[in-house]
Amino acid sequence: MTSALQTPAKQTKGSVGIVQPRLFRYDHPITLQCGKTLPHYELVYETYGTLNAAKSNAVLVCHALSGHHHAAGFHSEDDKKPGWWDACIGPGKAIDTNRFYVVSLNNLGGCHGSTGPNSVNPDTHKPYGPDFPIVTVRDWVNSQLTLMQHLEIPHWAAVVGGSLGGMQAMQWSIDFPDLVRNAVVIAAAPKLSAQNIAFNEVARKAILSDPDFREGHYYEHNTYPKIGLSLARMLGHITYLSDAAMREKFGRELRDGAKSFDFDVEFQVESYLNYQGEVFSKNFDANTYLLMTRALDYFDPAEEFDHDLRLALAQAQARFLVMSFTTDWRFSPERSQEIVQALLAARKQVSYADIECPQGHDSFLLDVPRYTNLFKAYMNSIELDGEH
Amino acid sequence: MRQDLQTIQQWIRPDCSVLDLGCGDGALLAHLWEAKNVVGYGLEIDQDKILECIKKNVNVIEQDLDGGLGNFENDSFDVVIMTQALQAVHYPDKVIDDMLRVGKECIITFPNFGYWGCRLYLMTKGRMPVSKQLPYTWYNTPNIHLCTFKDFEALCHRKHLKILNRTVVDMHFRDGVLMRLFPNLFGEVAVYHVTK
Repeated sequence: MTSALQTPAKQTKGSVGIVQPRLFRYDHPITLQCGKTLPHYELVYETYGTLNAAKSNAVLVCHALSGHHHAAGFHSEDDKKPGWWDACIGPGKAIDTNRFYVVSLNNLGGCHGSTGPNSVNPDTHKPYGPDFPIVTVRDWVNSQLTLMQHLEIPHWAAVVGGSLGGMQAMQWSIDFPDLVRNAVVIAAAPKLSAQNIAFNEVARKAILSDPDFREGHYYEHNTYPKIGLSLARMLGHITYLSDAAMREKFGRELRDGAKSFDFDVEFQVESYLNYQGEVFSKNFDANTYLLMTRALDYFDPAEEFDHDLRLALAQAQARFLVMSFTTDWRFSPERSQEIVQALLAARKQVSYADIECPQGHDSFLLDVPRYTNLFKAYMNSIELDGEH
Repeated sequence: MRQDLQTIQQWIRPDCSVLDLGCGDGALLAHLWEAKNVVGYGLEIDQDKILECIKKNVNVIEQDLDGGLGNFENDSFDVVIMTQALQAVHYPDKVIDDMLRVGKECIITFPNFGYWGCRLYLMTKGRMPVSKQLPYTWYNTPNIHLCTFKDFEALCHRKHLKILNRTVVDMHFRDGVLMRLFPNLFGEVAVYHVTK
């Protein structure tokens, strides 16, 4: 097993260095939960660290709504920003790549290299667009399993993720109990609330009503729903931050220092949100955004267990670490506590911490000392077969 | 391991389930797991102690005891333990009720304020006792509900609780003849094992 290509050049302390994505092609059909079948698919992924001889140290990192396979390190010397979870993955970090072999992929339906709506539909030789089937968290877990088998990993030492990533970790522990030794579920929820779904719906409506969306076939018109996707991101972004964090960051600062009595961008927070929306719309695919939000809406592992989360999690054999953040209102600490309560009732091994942090839902991406220390302590406590 | 924990663990049967309220660094739960295959969970709010528990592979839940145990079902644990924390909660009697709702049995330890050292301190100095075991000044102490061995007995009586075991030990959690004869005077720490 080879680790990601690492050169000493961009080696800053605690970084996995330069990494290269790889492509896994699964040449068999996969039937999705919606009943539709994909004839084959590709998943783009990165690995950090080395798989040990006993193959007992593999960790699956699951990404959130707008995430992808590039979780740590840099793609080139000129890369300004490291992967999205560089705060937690690297030598000596919470997920210590000196000890663990980390696998991070772009989920099916994604837009960063895995098969998704912007891939070519073999039936039509055009991008799938809106014809790409709806994928669910369970479908992701099933496709991640094929990658796991390809990499000849017998079990995951841990499946970890924040937000929607944490939901995948839960689903893994329920669907494949004997393949998951530990599940780290951060800033997640057992299912979306009506309010969560409502926010997703507004985001989708923004995309769907953009004239450039062209019913999802915008690729063929060499355009994309820039305004709709920007709006969706702006809305989402508000829910990722806390009131306090926004106050701290922007207050009521005016961009030009004085009111101009019109509807142009005036407040700093408006400017920031517009910028975030615009950048996002250039780098993300609108159809993928629709899919990912729907996957979130549908996530409800308790559904087939008589709506009893305890029964769902009773399947699991993993130990759990659940963490939430005090100012997270998208998936509030109470939502994490629902997971903890179900795990307790099912007598599963579980630890829980509620991390004080002003940055809201996005805290899970940051290097918050208490959070990363607990995370690291937990990961260090994992016993690996064949390790002394 | 602390001597009071040593005493407690004798009263816990192998393979049972334990909830430890204010579990500290998880030493008791780690021991119970290794020695008696006891599945346990600790509740704790101190950040450093939570970290210690996680390092020890002890299940720890960040939860404030003053918020009650509403998230635990009736009779869901064989034993609910609270060591040296009863005096620090807002409503000790309600906590005991809650402990006996969640657990079939309870083990509670607390500093005995009737200990002769406390009495002597109060008598000679006329001020609230400050000792190695209770090192805080009255205005800045987590110990807001101190009681004596006799006070606790009276509460058990009023609540019609059955006392399965009781003992007092000194600060080093040693037993002694005087303590057995005059527990309220010579015991520094009271250790109770009660049930409904």
